[in-house]
Amino acid sequence: MTMSKSPAEIFGYSFPDIRETQLLIVGGGPAGLSAALQALKLGLKVTLVESGLELGGQLVKQTHKFFGSSLERAGTRGFRIAQELIKELTPFKGSGQLEVYLSTTAIAVYPERIVLLSQLSGKVFPIKPKAMIIATGAQERMLPFPNNDLPGIYGAGGIQTLMNQYGVKPGKRALIVGAGNIGLIVAYQLLQAGVEVIAILEAMDRIGGWWVHAAKVRRYGVPILLKHTISRAIGKEKVEGAVIAEITPDGLKDKYQVECDLIGISVGLTPTVDLLRQANVKMKYVAFMGGFVPLRDREMRTSQSWIWVAGDSAGIEEASTAMIEGQIASTSVAKWLGYISEEEAKREIDQLWARLGYLREAEVSSKVRKGLEEVLVTWGG
Amino acid sequence: MSKLSNLIPPDEQVSFWSGVLDPESNLDLISVPPEDLWREKRAGLVVIECPQEIPCNPCHTSCPTGAIKVEPLTAIPKVNYDLCTGCTICVSKCPGLACFVIDKTPADYSIVKLPYEMYPVPKVGEVVDCLDRTGKPVVEGEVLNVTEPSRDGTKVIWVKVPKGFEMTVRAIKVKGGE
Amino acid sequence: MWLEEHPILDFSSKRPKLVKFYFEGKEMWGYEGLPIAASLHANGIKVYRYSTRLNRPRGFFCAIGKCSSCFMVVDGVPNVRTCITPLREGMRIERQRGLGKIDLNLIQGEAGSDDNV
Ligand SMILES: Cc1cc2nc3c(=O)[nH]c(=O)nc-3n(C[C@H](O)[C@H](O)[C@H](O)COP(=O)(O)OP(=O)(O)OC[C@H]3O[C@@H](n4cnc5c(N)ncnc54)[C@H](O)[C@@H]3O)c2cc1C
Ligand code: SF4
Ligand code: SF4
Ligand code: FES
Repeated sequence: MTMSKSPAEIFGYSFPDIRETQLLIVGGGPAGLSAALQALKLGLKVTLVESGLELGGQLVKQTHKFFGSSLERAGTRGFRIAQELIKELTPFKGSGQLEVYLSTTAIAVYPERIVLLSQLSGKVFPIKPKAMIIATGAQERMLPFPNNDLPGIYGAGGIQTLMNQYGVKPGKRALIVGAGNIGLIVAYQLLQAGVEVIAILEAMDRIGGWWVHAAKVRRYGVPILLKHTISRAIGKEKVEGAVIAEITPDGLKDKYQVECDLIGISVGLTPTVDLLRQANVKMKYVAFMGGFVPLRDREMRTSQSWIWVAGDSAGIEEASTAMIEGQIASTSVAKWLGYISEEEAKREIDQLWARLGYLREAEVSSKVRKGLEEVLVTWGG
Repeated sequence: MSKLSNLIPPDEQVSFWSGVLDPESNLDLISVPPEDLWREKRAGLVVIECPQEIPCNPCHTSCPTGAIKVEPLTAIPKVNYDLCTGCTICVSKCPGLACFVIDKTPADYSIVKLPYEMYPVPKVGEVVDCLDRTGKPVVEGEVLNVTEPSRDGTKVIWVKVPKGFEMTVRAIKVKGGE
Repeated sequence: MWLEEHPILDFSSKRPKLVKFYFEGKEMWGYEGLPIAASLHANGIKVYRYSTRLNRPRGFFCAIGKCSSCFMVVDGVPNVRTCITPLREGMRIERQRGLGKIDLNLIQGEAGSDDNV
């Protein structure tokens, strides 16, 4: 594995005054936001950077009420959860304890514990934290099929951003590929925005998402075709249709040719781990968690003693668990920096783990539990 | 190659794992009120169609009378029908839109109170299409009331259905829309 | 098309000001402060650039600044991620053909480029 070059090597000069902070949190989704809140409550000075135009991560695009336990705000719509978390942060703004940078992306990590931030304006500047929590969330997987690069073929997350965050009707007739929770929910959200959904295709012999999410779209007449997939998209400048094939023991059998101006791909997420890689954090490929994920201890600390992880970037899961992991990471940072005692930290982290256990008990979480067995470690010394 | 059909029949796949409940054979997985109590309870009783163990409990935590229990968090909800008042709070709070309140007390029709988060919202008195679990319009029904118990955007529509359609109608569609 | 009626969401607070901008010289209207790509899409523009090698049309994909599919030329500057760059009054936006000038972000290898076709 190659080490990142130092800023001096890249830019030919070193930065005169490097901003310092106690805790740098990269990513302003539920994991990053709850990590920030917890750290602020424990007295730390926090810098939060988010590459998007607003805080909230995945939450701001979710119009549905969240599952989980009411303790983690289940029953509240995703975008409202984001608003609530952001509101809780406001008292800390202007107190000098919290700095928030929007439209700012952490693009590089250097062994000297320097992180390079790049702003939309083109400005690039370094920051030197004592500790860092990576909460960069996840990225969507793409599916290979002919013409999959045509405009009008978007990731499910892209559709949600366009439609629910910015209020643009993404198309008139949509086809969704993938009946996991995200595909099912996006189909429902498209109906809410007045877009016709022709069908949801699922390669497996059963829906991958939760049954109730499927029932919600079925009762509005959206078919879910099991053991079907898209065999190609049709169109020149943008998507005009698709060929749907049945998956049979003898291979794909083309079955329908439909007209559509929107195809939503939702075949899974993979953790966003570029920064962790750059920092040479020890990683492992765990299919159950969505791809390469960092090894971490019970306190969400990675093999680099100054770097912690939380949320989907530590393994694809839920907003509820992401929020708890964020709190665990910040509690651990506070302990390391001497803001709370060993005993206090242990008590708090034990309680947070109890809540994680409670959330992960279900059959539908069995994959996460298996995945964790592979990545949960104890760092020596 | 033979010509491909450009219409997907709506009932191409109707099975439990494509998201459609069979109210006969999946009865043990859902909560349905006992018939004698149901016939008498004014305002109706809750029917819960949440047949999979998922980590979720807002139905439990929102019910003002403690009629629904989800314990542990991942269990399938259990209803104590003596406690249910048919208040429809769970109907509006359940993220899976899996709770329905059904009132069988009127002599010549029943009322299905179902969650609704679509546009447009029907008016009281309007006649709408009543859809079954696959979205097929099965009968027309008059909207008797539109409420918003949790004031959070999820409406509860009270729709009048003929006797015998209580366990069939699960959604409505405003006429004239696309 | 902009969404006006939605059962759950109210977009009015996110749409403070309608401003004029230019796409390939044509006058269009969009909301200031929202990403450029949103206003283009609402105006029916779905092709944002042509790919480097095979000259294939590209629209947006990830919508969160991670995939480079939406790079356009904005006020003469190439490789602008229109999905996360806010629209300003009077902006001149052009489809990008080919690579444009390399910028620092690309050297850093931060974007998982999908440009290998
Ligand atoms: C359709 C859908 C439905 C869902 N439903 C539920 C549900 O009902 N219940 C539930 O609990 N969960 C649900 N989830 C899952 C939940 O949204 C995610 O698990 C959760 O958002 C993960 O939080 P996170 O903070 O780790 O990541 P994210 O929410 O993805 O946030 C990561 C943030 O980091 C930013 N970022 C990334 N890289 C950088 C960088 N280099 N520099 C600066 N910023 C960066 C991103 O812009 C983003 O804002 C759903 C998800 C989807 C997509
Ligand atoms: S209808 Fe009211 S009383 Fe009955 S279960 Fe639902 S919330 Fe409880
Ligand atoms: S709130 Fe709805 S989805 Fe959640 S457990 Fe209760 S009935 Fe099921
Ligand atoms: S659409 Fe992916 S970077 Fe803009």
